[in-house]
Amino acid sequence: MTAGQSSIVVIGVGNEYCSDDGAGIAVARRLRVLFPTGVTVLEESGEGAALIETWKGATWVMLVDAARSGAPPGTIHRLDALAAPVPTGFFHYSTHAFSVAEAVELARFLDQLPAHLIVYGIEGENFSAGVELSSAVKQAVDAVVESAAIEVRAVILPKANS
Amino acid sequence: MKSRTIKVDYLARVEGEGALSVKIKGQQVMDAKLTIFEPPRFFEAFLRGRKFNEVPDITARICGICPIAYQMSACHAIEDACGVKITGPIRDLRRLIYCGEWIESHALHIYLLHAPDFLGYEDAIRMAKDHPDAVKRGLRLKKAGNEIVRLLGGREIHPINVRVGGFYKVPDKKDLLPLAEELKWARDAALETVRWVATFAFPEFDRDYEFVCLRHPDEYPFNEGRLVSSKGLDIAVREYDQHFVEEHVSHSNALQSRLKERNSYFVGPQARYNLNFDKLSPVAQEAARSAGLGPVCRNPFQSIIVRSVEMLYACDEALRIIDRYEMPDTPAVNVEPRVSTGYGCTEAPRGICYHRYRLDDRGLILDAKIVPPTSQNLKTIEGDLWQFVQAHLVIQKDKLQWQCEQAVRNYDPCISCATHFLKLHIERE
Repeated sequence: MTAGQSSIVVIGVGNEYCSDDGAGIAVARRLRVLFPTGVTVLEESGEGAALIETWKGATWVMLVDAARSGAPPGTIHRLDALAAPVPTGFFHYSTHAFSVAEAVELARFLDQLPAHLIVYGIEGENFSAGVELSSAVKQAVDAVVESAAIEVRAVILPKANS
Repeated sequence: MKSRTIKVDYLARVEGEGALSVKIKGQQVMDAKLTIFEPPRFFEAFLRGRKFNEVPDITARICGICPIAYQMSACHAIEDACGVKITGPIRDLRRLIYCGEWIESHALHIYLLHAPDFLGYEDAIRMAKDHPDAVKRGLRLKKAGNEIVRLLGGREIHPINVRVGGFYKVPDKKDLLPLAEELKWARDAALETVRWVATFAFPEFDRDYEFVCLRHPDEYPFNEGRLVSSKGLDIAVREYDQHFVEEHVSHSNALQSRLKERNSYFVGPQARYNLNFDKLSPVAQEAARSAGLGPVCRNPFQSIIVRSVEMLYACDEALRIIDRYEMPDTPAVNVEPRVSTGYGCTEAPRGICYHRYRLDDRGLILDAKIVPPTSQNLKTIEGDLWQFVQAHLVIQKDKLQWQCEQAVRNYDPCISCATHFLKLHIERE
């Protein structure tokens, strides 16, 4: 975490130029508009070693990425990374050998996980070059923004009132 | 006759997606192939019609690990077309940002992707259980590199501050001082890295390689120099197309490069080291000697030592540049387009990255050619696999498969860039 960053961090992961791989970035941009203060919203390519750096010092972290687990397009996965390991191969599409699942598991071994880490995965359909999300993924982005906003609000409000 | 296949359908710990297949009949290797199945990305085609000054930002998108290499080769090629040569502090800042990219890329490959092969771990996560301090050192080294790219490039992934002619904004000397503090730690950590990897066990291996890289009269190469080889090639960058050819092979989405006269060649840290040992800084030369390396290292399994020596050099060079830096009067020199063809070649962490652009009178790109380092190493990697498996047919399949993957990772292949990568399949009949 760098200076000026909130202890509540939302990280959108992906490549907006690889169609559905941009789902995490799309969610992050919408959340940034909904929460202009109180939350640090970051966009990351998904390179794992850099990801570990992004949540250093943060206490509550939400990570949103496109998934390719074999479920139907638009399927929303929600994982509590503190409760169970993130399955490797889940966020397989990243062209980086060291990606989201590996970053979370490495951080776990190095004792560098934040106190809370929620991971949303949006099952993608088309990962070829392009800037359009497929329709199932667009709907899933709407749904994730809605439920993520509820979760973020629930952690900001007690802080704001304290 | 009994035949068998070694097959890895999805190669881990390489950048991008690909597969490896080796066919063995009796006691003879019949075939070794790298199959690349990331889709080709057609960057060369969609650069046509774009303005000359958009090229560095578009080509930076080819790779998340080495965007600087693409930006630098693009800038040099466009500037070559326009008859501009960059000197002084702007040139130094280009070397500095390249140091950052080498440090982050080399630290990632040494610690998180390649070291687990030598220490017998499936991946860095399992390695971190037993070697947490080493993994933490690797992550901090990588961050030190990222910080250089972030400061000079505006952000660490797909930097936005590099432009034809220089930078949009250049740092003040005092902006660079926090970098220097961390780089002093990084230089010590890089020296420790050289000592650490030198203790690994290396399979014996050697082939008749032709090493190819840049060579500059005064410095270890990043941005400029002549293209030279261990077999006597010595040409200007603009003569590249007369000596190198790219070919499509049916098993791969990536083009494979070869020297027209002599076939496969070897680019990257080992090529640079073997042809430029005399240009390394004294601390890097001394570290290499202490690690048991002579001025030439031909065993690709020892590339992890060479990469560590280069990471040390990059930390040392970055500190030297920061120490003598004075802020330039302007962040960039003016570049006016003209009808011309420009050529650029710089040393990406994985080896030479060649760009050629033809411009019209309005500065629009008529034609582009981009040759990433990994596509230049593909034939050499296949040759290594062929010879390695032939010499080690008696080892158990699991171990052989492991060592084949390790042999591929010797080259730190960036498959994302080359498509324009790995599963391992060993088939025995």
